[in-house]
Amino acid sequence: MATASETPHIALTLRDHLPILQVLVPLCTAPLIVLLGDRRIAWGLAFLAAVLSLVVSFLLLMQVMDGSFISYHLGGWAPPIGIEYRIDAANAFVLLLISLTATLVLPFALRSVADEIPARSHTLFYACFTLVLTGLLGVVATGDAFNVFVFLEISSLATYVLVSQGLYRDKRALSAAYDYLIMGTIGATFFVIGIGFLYMTTGTLNMADMAERLVGQGDNRTVQAAFAFIVVGMGLKVAIYPLHLWLPAAYNYAPSAVTVFLAATSTKAAMYVLLRFMFSVFQPEFVFDTNLLLWILAPFALLAMFAASLIAVFQTNFKRMLAYSSIAQIGYMLLGISLFSVTGLSATMVHLFNHGITKAALFMAVGALVLRSGNTFYDRIEGMGRVMPLTGAAVVLGGLSLIGVPGTAGFISKWVLVQAAFEADLWWVALLIVASSLLAVIYMWRVIEVLYLHTPHPEAIHKEAPLSMVIPMWIAAGACVWFGIDTSLTMGAANTAAIGLMGGTDGMALTPTVGGLLGTGH
Amino acid sequence: MKEHHLILRVVTKSLVGTIILFAFYVQFHGDFSPGGGFQAGVIMAVAFILYGIVFGLHEVQRVLPAWVVHKLVALGVLVYAGTGIWNMFLGYEFLHYGSFTPDHMSHGQHSGILYVEAGVGITVTGVMVAIYYAFAGRTPRLGNDDW
Repeated sequence: MATASETPHIALTLRDHLPILQVLVPLCTAPLIVLLGDRRIAWGLAFLAAVLSLVVSFLLLMQVMDGSFISYHLGGWAPPIGIEYRIDAANAFVLLLISLTATLVLPFALRSVADEIPARSHTLFYACFTLVLTGLLGVVATGDAFNVFVFLEISSLATYVLVSQGLYRDKRALSAAYDYLIMGTIGATFFVIGIGFLYMTTGTLNMADMAERLVGQGDNRTVQAAFAFIVVGMGLKVAIYPLHLWLPAAYNYAPSAVTVFLAATSTKAAMYVLLRFMFSVFQPEFVFDTNLLLWILAPFALLAMFAASLIAVFQTNFKRMLAYSSIAQIGYMLLGISLFSVTGLSATMVHLFNHGITKAALFMAVGALVLRSGNTFYDRIEGMGRVMPLTGAAVVLGGLSLIGVPGTAGFISKWVLVQAAFEADLWWVALLIVASSLLAVIYMWRVIEVLYLHTPHPEAIHKEAPLSMVIPMWIAAGACVWFGIDTSLTMGAANTAAIGLMGGTDGMALTPTVGGLLGTGH
Repeated sequence: MKEHHLILRVVTKSLVGTIILFAFYVQFHGDFSPGGGFQAGVIMAVAFILYGIVFGLHEVQRVLPAWVVHKLVALGVLVYAGTGIWNMFLGYEFLHYGSFTPDHMSHGQHSGILYVEAGVGITVTGVMVAIYYAFAGRTPRLGNDDW
């Protein structure tokens, strides 16, 4: 911070500001919505913010696709002193998923929210929605460990409010939101305890700087405790199998539009943070050699794939079934991590995106069904596929992608995952991946059978969903097919991200360092 | 009602102004002594909460209606973010206060921190009063029929 520098300051352009604009646009929109306090303007502003975020995240991804990174210094304070926003392929990809989902969900929400939530709450609903968007984008964009926690809390607190808005349809939304609040707060607390331990050891909060200072600290008990706290804390947010209990109720009782947004983004952002800490802050060697995480992560991942899928098979409510299916799908992502290879991580990253759009399409179909038949219990949505052909077809497409049928996005991620399993000489894991996909066939077939092979329920409104819901639904369903055929964007970004992450500290380093193995000689 | 708690009412009336004044002192003196937007915001809110406790929710909401409080919460955030955006328009990074006076960066830092702390103060006042209103104005428990 020199006074009166000799060289004149070169003004920053809008392009230089992209990393902060990614977070700043929705952050300013939320209070603006409250300040203006008009229902109609609220939706418009939220949508505008989402579209701008989408543009920004696309521009960012295009800049970092080659494996480089952008660093933005808040307040002009250079890292590690100041807060740094750091965009590379891994987080630009997740930023794109989050802003894309927000842009799709908002048009969908217009009718769905009007139907499910009384008009007086709409302004605050959209303000909270933009806050969730802000928080998720911030969590992903920032390169500062404490900043991650702050944004995590912004998004979580706003999420609890959004989930509780389901109370106008079912009062159990309140207890679902409360459960989520307690579990989420425990998760966030564990996470911040972990950050505290790391700060104690390294004296820094900048993730890249932290990574450099952690080299050689493998035997340090404080660092090991920090790692445990961060993994369990984030594990709660990700809904890793035994820590998933908040998820089914939260997804089931939240308003339809909120479920779409949460399912497609919030666990994904948490998964990104987990990846970032496992691979960039802690060195991969530390995570996998010293802590035997492979033998913790892989069994839980497999357990999630089977147990959650089995539970999904026996559900009687479409929405709840999809929630359990989400837990199973998170298992695939964890399995990709636990295989500990570039291919495995690519599978995780690409499944993050592909599962996001697949679940977006399916949960939007759920929202459309709720609008017409009141709820999504199987006996209530009987035959609705016949009277709502577009919605029904979207369910079929989304279901195919969820199963992993060739030609859909879900196939790509499972293919890469199976490839990674073979690379690691774990052929039985590959078999298990395929076997668990068969469970997806069963639970999706149940829905399709209910939707098409019955006569429609007499009390349901026999009419296709409005275009404002069908169009976003079909964009998401179309994306499932598009990204199943043209994988240059998704696989390209996922690969670059995986290589960057597997680079460990080098991928994050402030200055290029010689990749030192950590504490292997203990 | 009026004749009760005469001493409390008189003391409160004379204290409220002083508390608000003290809040401003903590607010604007925050960069030289302990204090700043958070503390000042809480102290400012205390003035209204005390008034509400002694004179009742209805009376305090005549002075500071709930809708104004909600707008205050949002306004403070916008003041904070707006300061940063202003810095961006001056050609520097978000929240780079030095940009206010490029010839003498530390002066800019001083004014910048005053602006953002004003934002913090406004929001904290709003949030504290809003929490008080929410608890004080709580409607009775849900009856069995409401479920």
